[in-house]
Amino acid sequence: MNAISQAENRALARAVLELDVNNHAGVMSHVVGLFSRRAYNVEGILVMPVGDGRCSRIWLQVNEDGRLEQMIRQIEKLEDVLAVRRHGAEHEVFERLEAFFR
Amino acid sequence: MAQQTTETLSGAQITVRLLERQGVRTVAGIPGGAILPIYDALSRSPGIHHVLARHEQGAGFIAQGMARATGVPAVCLASSGPGATNLLTAIADAKLDSIPLVAITGQVPRAMIGTDAFQEVDTYGLSIPITKHNFLINSAEELLEVIPRAFRIAASGRPGPVLVDIPKDVQNQCIEIAAWPEPGVAEPAAAPDPALVARAAAMINAAERPILYLGGGVVHSGAAPQAVALAEKAGLPTVMTLMALGTLPADHTLSLGMLGMHGARYANLALDECDLLIAVGARFDDRATGKVAAFCPQAKIIHIDIDPSELDKIKTAHVGIAGDVATVLKMLTPEVESHLRKRWLSHVNGLKATHPLRMPGVEDARTHYGLIRAVADCLDDEATIATDVGQHQMWVAQAYPLRRPRQWLTSGGLGTMGFGLPAAIGAALAEPERTVVCFTGDGSILMNVQELATAAEEGANVKIVLMNNATLGLVYQQQTLFYGERIFASRFKGQPDFIKVAEGFGIAAVDLDRAGDPRGTLAEALSMRGPVLIHASIDCEQQVLPMVAPGAANKDMIGG
Ligand SMILES: Cc1ncc(C[n+]2csc(CCOP(=O)(O)OP(=O)(O)O)c2C)c(N)n1
Repeated sequence: MNAISQAENRALARAVLELDVNNHAGVMSHVVGLFSRRAYNVEGILVMPVGDGRCSRIWLQVNEDGRLEQMIRQIEKLEDVLAVRRHGAEHEVFERLEAFFR
Repeated sequence: MAQQTTETLSGAQITVRLLERQGVRTVAGIPGGAILPIYDALSRSPGIHHVLARHEQGAGFIAQGMARATGVPAVCLASSGPGATNLLTAIADAKLDSIPLVAITGQVPRAMIGTDAFQEVDTYGLSIPITKHNFLINSAEELLEVIPRAFRIAASGRPGPVLVDIPKDVQNQCIEIAAWPEPGVAEPAAAPDPALVARAAAMINAAERPILYLGGGVVHSGAAPQAVALAEKAGLPTVMTLMALGTLPADHTLSLGMLGMHGARYANLALDECDLLIAVGARFDDRATGKVAAFCPQAKIIHIDIDPSELDKIKTAHVGIAGDVATVLKMLTPEVESHLRKRWLSHVNGLKATHPLRMPGVEDARTHYGLIRAVADCLDDEATIATDVGQHQMWVAQAYPLRRPRQWLTSGGLGTMGFGLPAAIGAALAEPERTVVCFTGDGSILMNVQELATAAEEGANVKIVLMNNATLGLVYQQQTLFYGERIFASRFKGQPDFIKVAEGFGIAAVDLDRAGDPRGTLAEALSMRGPVLIHASIDCEQQVLPMVAPGAANKDMIGG
């Protein structure tokens, strides 16, 4: 019974957000603070600079819940966030990393 | 080729020059070690008047008073560590009420950051959740970009507080300046979607029982004339949030006054029946909506706000329009049909007649409502009205005939006791030609009472009306109503002699309790120039009514 595979479970419950941000010391705090103050757990985080290093990309893996739309709008309001894109849980960015978390 | 002239200036001088170029005339603050270079530069500024507050929270609220009265970003200054932490409450208050503020704090030198140096706190980290944006400056050059940007951010879109933390060594760092940046000004908001505006107009035209619901965004946007025009053209009964009072004159035939927890019964009952709610610059705050599921249960919703994250946050709108509310209303009103709306308006007038706002004792200047009305009788619409937080605040919101946007300064979102006096001082400094009244309570006044010294020093034209019920009245009321009359920690066993307190600070004081003719004494006190404290005892058993119990539906009001 209830034989939902791990992958299916993730697909139901997770979303992946892709953020383009200015690369400086405070950006992560601003982004993550929006989640922590709402007791909204961030399951996975990945950040690397892109291009000449003035910008970074942040990947967030979060649980889908009713507040996600509001979270995205709040993230979009941050001064240092240039763009937010929402992907489904099937996005490969975190899948490929799984090897490092065994 | 014209030779470029350069100047060599320190970070502190650059900061002050940028404030001057920004048009800043008055700043409030308290100096300390980590901000002394900026104070030294400020001492040589010909254009900027520094108001020495007696507590940094006072400085923050003085700046807020200037910003609330004028709509222009105002500046407060504090040193590192305790100076910065003392500012935080005033910054958080500005965030919740969307007030444009630029807070500049000194920080320990960069090399000492992270070492638990003397008076080091993580001001940047502490201020993230309570600012619209914040900066930790890394070089004097950066100031040229950041200071104008701080003003731009504070004033653009939905206004808010911005904090700039400047390490002391950056303040002392000298660089050559060849050119100055333009002052930071508000960026225009993105144009609203005309298709959505057309849909909103169609909904208004089709509605039978529409209500206009105005919030603080109408004040920030300068949209009061447009809101009045829409209400009048479409025949819309109009409710206002605490923050929007004054946008539609209190005595306008379409005004239902304030909605929500302490709104009039007729306002909440009309909302319960409406079939269309047009929310403009309002955010469905819980004090306004009561139990959300039961708020306007039959209504479709049009929601207009400059902040897209407010749309669908609490209530899903049938039409949500992101944009500057004045701009949206200018597009909307021509598309709305003129409507006398006789049936709905006469029904609403019926509600007003059957369920009026009761103001017992309003004819007697020695009662709470009577005192507020007596003050109003002495003044015209040019007066600015500030309050502290508590019963007195709600009574003034209910009873004072506010008729002008920016006439009303009150701490809505954070509900901060101690707001009133310094905010009133700030308003009086920004607009010295006005009389500024601060209604306060015996609890609230003591939270920033030290600013009486600032008021005296500045000769600020503030009239403090102290409604003394010898209790933390709103707490006393809640304990009476909801905690089985177990009155605890809300009744003062000892109280200062407020007349002597005021006089000790060098401020004129009158006691209405001892006046044979309270109205005459009041009129005289209000017409004196400079700060005056007017003391009046109030019966502690008086309650703010009607009241919606926290978490209850607005239609289930107690009393009134
Ligand atoms: C800084 C702060 N602390 C506590 C409260 C909670 N509180 C709300 S109203 C109130 C009582 C206010 O008393 P007073 O200023 O005397 O006004 P009154 O209600 O008696 O008119 C308190 C303690 C608050 N709003 N702000």
